[in-house]
Amino acid sequence: MAGIGGAETTGKKVGWGLLNAVVVIYALFPVLWIVSLSFKSSATLADGNFIPREWSLENYRNIFSTSEFTRALVNSIGIAIIATAIAVVFGTMAAYAIARLDFPGKNLLVGVSLLIAMFPQVSLVSPLFEIERSLGLFDTWPGLILPYITFALPLAIYTLSAFFREIPWELEKAAKMDGATPGQAFRRVIAPLAAPGVFTTAILVFIFCWNDFLFAISLTSTEQSRTVPVALSFFTGSSQFEDPAGSIAAAAVVITIPIILFVLFFQRRIVAGLTSGAVKG
Amino acid sequence: MAEIVLDKVTKRYPDGALAVQEVNLEIADGEFIILVGPSGCGKSTTLNMIAGLEDITDGELRIGGQRVNEKAPKDRDIAMVFQSYALYPHMTVKENMAFPLRLAKVDNATVEKKVKEAAEILDLAQHLDRKPSNLSGGQRQRVAMGRAIVRNPKAFLMDEPLSNLDAKLRVQMRTSVSRLQKQLGTTTVYVTHDQTEAMTLGDRVVVMRGGVVQQIGAPQFLYDQPANLFVAGFIGSPSMNFVPASLENGSLRTVLGDVPLTDRVRQLLEGADAPREVIMGIRPEHFEDAALVDAAALSSGGKFTHQVDVLESMGSDKYAYFNLTGEQAASAELQELAADAGSDDVPGDGISLVTRLSSASGAVEGASSEIWFDADKVQLFDPASGRNLTYTER
Repeated sequence: MAGIGGAETTGKKVGWGLLNAVVVIYALFPVLWIVSLSFKSSATLADGNFIPREWSLENYRNIFSTSEFTRALVNSIGIAIIATAIAVVFGTMAAYAIARLDFPGKNLLVGVSLLIAMFPQVSLVSPLFEIERSLGLFDTWPGLILPYITFALPLAIYTLSAFFREIPWELEKAAKMDGATPGQAFRRVIAPLAAPGVFTTAILVFIFCWNDFLFAISLTSTEQSRTVPVALSFFTGSSQFEDPAGSIAAAAVVITIPIILFVLFFQRRIVAGLTSGAVKG
Repeated sequence: MAEIVLDKVTKRYPDGALAVQEVNLEIADGEFIILVGPSGCGKSTTLNMIAGLEDITDGELRIGGQRVNEKAPKDRDIAMVFQSYALYPHMTVKENMAFPLRLAKVDNATVEKKVKEAAEILDLAQHLDRKPSNLSGGQRQRVAMGRAIVRNPKAFLMDEPLSNLDAKLRVQMRTSVSRLQKQLGTTTVYVTHDQTEAMTLGDRVVVMRGGVVQQIGAPQFLYDQPANLFVAGFIGSPSMNFVPASLENGSLRTVLGDVPLTDRVRQLLEGADAPREVIMGIRPEHFEDAALVDAAALSSGGKFTHQVDVLESMGSDKYAYFNLTGEQAASAELQELAADAGSDDVPGDGISLVTRLSSASGAVEGASSEIWFDADKVQLFDPASGRNLTYTER
């Protein structure tokens, strides 16, 4: 073993490479298994082979043949995007105020939002169920979007205010001196610099909404607003005696794709160190 | 182009802290004025009030004869250069400099022309398409200046614009700032804590302490006629030596021996209602090796013999440091200056004295030396109020 802090030796590189490989395999193995399952035909589903003996798209054909899954996919995408957009817009405004302004009740606001984030969601499900039923929100898109925003906002505010704090305040003063109104200063100087933070937050919020199962299963009852994670749990085989594992695996693979696309798409905009060069150093 | 008038401008924070107290200042059109003082003296707050970045609690600010207290920064038509430069990192140099013009909805051709002009003045023409992160400190500083000059504002405000540069570049930029200001003839208010910048740049210097203006005047005047102990100790490098002294029978009794009062000093003292115990201030350059002074001067001045503690030869001069036994001159103002210079925790009893001797001096470190000083150049201060008893409006 090379000494700690020593030069990069071959042994050290191999050691690190091995460790990385172990971690990656450990993390990705279940995913690969699901992918493998999704490509097996129903006959070979339980044969225990990691690499399918005969590749088939049967499972994918199955899940897209009924409205059960496609409708859930539409619901998931719609609900997650709307909730993300609203949470990020409000989160940006709130985080900016928290990072920049001194207003009465600021600490209270931060404290309460932290409290909401810490609250066990499961304890809120029953009251929410009752409230939504009496308000007529049960089993509707807004019925899911609202709780998602509520729980995503603290997350958004926290991530974003950290980003806003990193933007030198003098930039805003400089913009004001250059003749900008507060709105112009925000739009043309602060917002572009906060963009990486906004995108990061958007990813986190989207993932939170996309993955939620608890609210989705409690606050929906029909295809009208059921999201994919819930729809998955309602999958049955084409007959009572058929194992739905293949369909579930295929659906699981499909719902992973938007997340990967979303992250890849926004990751390109998260340019580290965008604020470098603003001030000395 | 406009004159700026501060009429009893006061800044009080909500918690009651008084940052700036009744500053009266008339800045003429085209004047280069420096606000100087140790940190926390209110100079930056004053500048921010002129800029409009901080509200004025009391008093009136007029730019070009017009009250602007209530105007937003963007409506005051003044430009500011920040200590950190505050360049917009997502814009190129060109976009940075064009930003004020774009906000003012100037047409494209004019923007191009003005940015080009400014870039040429500041020698930035070849960097226009680069981002601030790829520029050196000096270049960033020039971009910040460029952003200020493109729209021909009524005034420039500069908040320690050179303090982030290294020493050599700072001296270089100092001359170019001075030249630029003369060339453009725009009223400029410049904040610094560096007395050298204050002395070299300004038409007039405003020395502040604890939110109160101590003295306003041309650099040379402040140096020759400081109004009080604070200004005397702040302006000049190395700073003035202070020695406790008592007035007895027309002469000064000090650890440097008895100093005869010259006619000039005596006349000024008579009008000043001086106490018996005073503080004598004398600048390093008013000392000389006694061996190099002619007999006539020798008899009219003061003289002392002491061991040279440290001798620094600068080539053109020699700085001799002495450590005399005795009580240090005590006053609130001197303590504050020492704290600002960071020398209040340097151990050492007695009075330390800095003298600037001619390079021909034969003084040797560790050996005794006879030193003469010009008794006509001493300044006497009231230890209680810090007032200069020998001050004249001359």
